[in-house]
Amino acid sequence: MGQGNWRIRKITDRFAKIAFLCATLFGIAFLGVLLYRIVADGAGWLNWDFFTNFSSRFPAKAGVAAALVGSIWIVLLTGPIAFFLGVGTALYLEEYTKKSWFTRLIQVNIHNLAGVPSIVYGILGLAVFVQGLMLGQAVLAGVFTMSLLVLPIIVVSSQEAIRSVPQHMRNASYALGASKWQTISRVVIPTALPNILTGVILALSRAIGETAPLVVVGALTFVAFVPASPMDPFTVLPIQIFNWTSRPQDDFRAIAAAGIIVLLVVLLTMNLLAVYLRNKYQKRY
Amino acid sequence: MSIIQMKNVDLYYDKHHALKNITGEINERSITALIGPSGCGKSTFLRTLNRMNDMIQGVHIEGEILVAEQNIYHADVNVENLRKNIGMVFQQPNPFPKSIYDNVAFGRRIHGMRDRKELDEVVEQSLKAAALWEEVKDILKKPAYGLSGGQQQRLCIARALAVNPQILLMDEPTSALDPISTAKIEELIGELRKQYTIVIVTHNMQQAARISDDTAFFLQGEIIEFDTTEKIFHTPSDQRTEDYIAGRFG
Ligand SMILES: Nc1ncnc2c1ncn2[C@@H]1O[C@H](COP(=O)(O)OP(=O)(O)OP(=O)(O)O)[C@@H](O)[C@H]1O
Ligand SMILES: [Mg+2]
Repeated sequence: MGQGNWRIRKITDRFAKIAFLCATLFGIAFLGVLLYRIVADGAGWLNWDFFTNFSSRFPAKAGVAAALVGSIWIVLLTGPIAFFLGVGTALYLEEYTKKSWFTRLIQVNIHNLAGVPSIVYGILGLAVFVQGLMLGQAVLAGVFTMSLLVLPIIVVSSQEAIRSVPQHMRNASYALGASKWQTISRVVIPTALPNILTGVILALSRAIGETAPLVVVGALTFVAFVPASPMDPFTVLPIQIFNWTSRPQDDFRAIAAAGIIVLLVVLLTMNLLAVYLRNKYQKRY
Repeated sequence: MSIIQMKNVDLYYDKHHALKNITGEINERSITALIGPSGCGKSTFLRTLNRMNDMIQGVHIEGEILVAEQNIYHADVNVENLRKNIGMVFQQPNPFPKSIYDNVAFGRRIHGMRDRKELDEVVEQSLKAAALWEEVKDILKKPAYGLSGGQQQRLCIARALAVNPQILLMDEPTSALDPISTAKIEELIGELRKQYTIVIVTHNMQQAARISDDTAFFLQGEIIEFDTTEKIFHTPSDQRTEDYIAGRFG
């Protein structure tokens, strides 16, 4: 290989590096501008009243109480339901079945479901939970719909977590006379748990940002009360924000920005928790 | 006195005939070394003794293995109790991602021991028997992964001893360790011989000669020669045994 060739490669390398740097900076710059605009617009509206007030026609009285509590309801109920169904499915597929056409079929379908647009889940939820089970436009209908929505994501990430538990760990347990369930409950699950939880939290943070399916299920845009039970009507943060942005008064755009800040803080906290779990229990085996 | 008897054992991985007509006896409270070139079936044979092969898809076994006069492949055998009676130590130290204490207590806990005092006692006894107690007695609550490779392997031995087995199977337990850790574990194995029956796979001829009472030489799924270590290493009957020990192949 001659000198010229070497030089061309060197230039190509440098060019590629600069091009990718630009691509990265482009994204970061836009994100920065966006964040700056939101904080500049909304920060002024963030005070205690904003958290305790309900939505209102008057900008000065508008707050996120109903939406924030609604979102918390959704996450707190969706979390355990999706966790048990998702981890159960993942355990079944990874630990209990032999590879066959049937499990492959399930596997392919789970991957497909993870890609289904969220509004489709909304329509399903409307038909099955709101009307079929006659839950009405209640928190619970939203919870079930959201559980279905995040289920495939949780199944796939839990499967990966379970698969990453090395076989020699299971063997050590069996060799001591442990049964299958003892091995799963005392070795596989505890070892995989940090990664499973990371996946669950990330899936839930997706659920928090979802709007479309809940609109279809019937989350209201104007709620002047905190849902007291899972059977009450509700709204959630993204719907509330959307509602504010479509009001004519300029002040509501700033209030929407304040709502976005609240939503972002919630999301960021959850993502940080996921990162923390992942780092704290980094693979040590 | 023999504690294990193999009678015409054949093992297949699907179509692959991995153990061929294995017959022989393993003596109680002695150390039996399994030697032979890579892929000859030593690990496979070892796993037939505690039925760890059951876990592998497509395995099919014929013949009988008697442990304390009972055929362990009989339909009535409780595999969990069998494995409790026949401990196993693996090539790579494989502690659980738990504390040192919880690793050693694991076996007893799954077999129903709850009492803290009893567990403390078992953990201490087992760690002492594995010659690890002095090094870890102040850090029992620390994660097992903080230990060195050699310490981890002795921890795995302690974990196996904690459930009170009669027989201990070891698959190349020192091959991942440095010479000093290896020496410690060899010394420990010599000590354990007084109470346990030990079957150990090793690629290290000196190790087999140093520690074992009997030696079985495997080749392509067959036992070519199975006799006292003395005989195998000094006056083998089969030319192939002599060639292998002399390092002419494998
Ligand atoms: N799980 C398995 N599935 C299919 N074939 C296997 C499996 N385990 C081992 N074998 C085959 O069985 C034969 C014996 O393997 P085994 O691991 O018992 O040999 P070994 O004597 O322990 O070798 P080494 O010294 O390298 O550990 C080999 O041909 C191997 O490829
Ligand atoms: Mg082997």
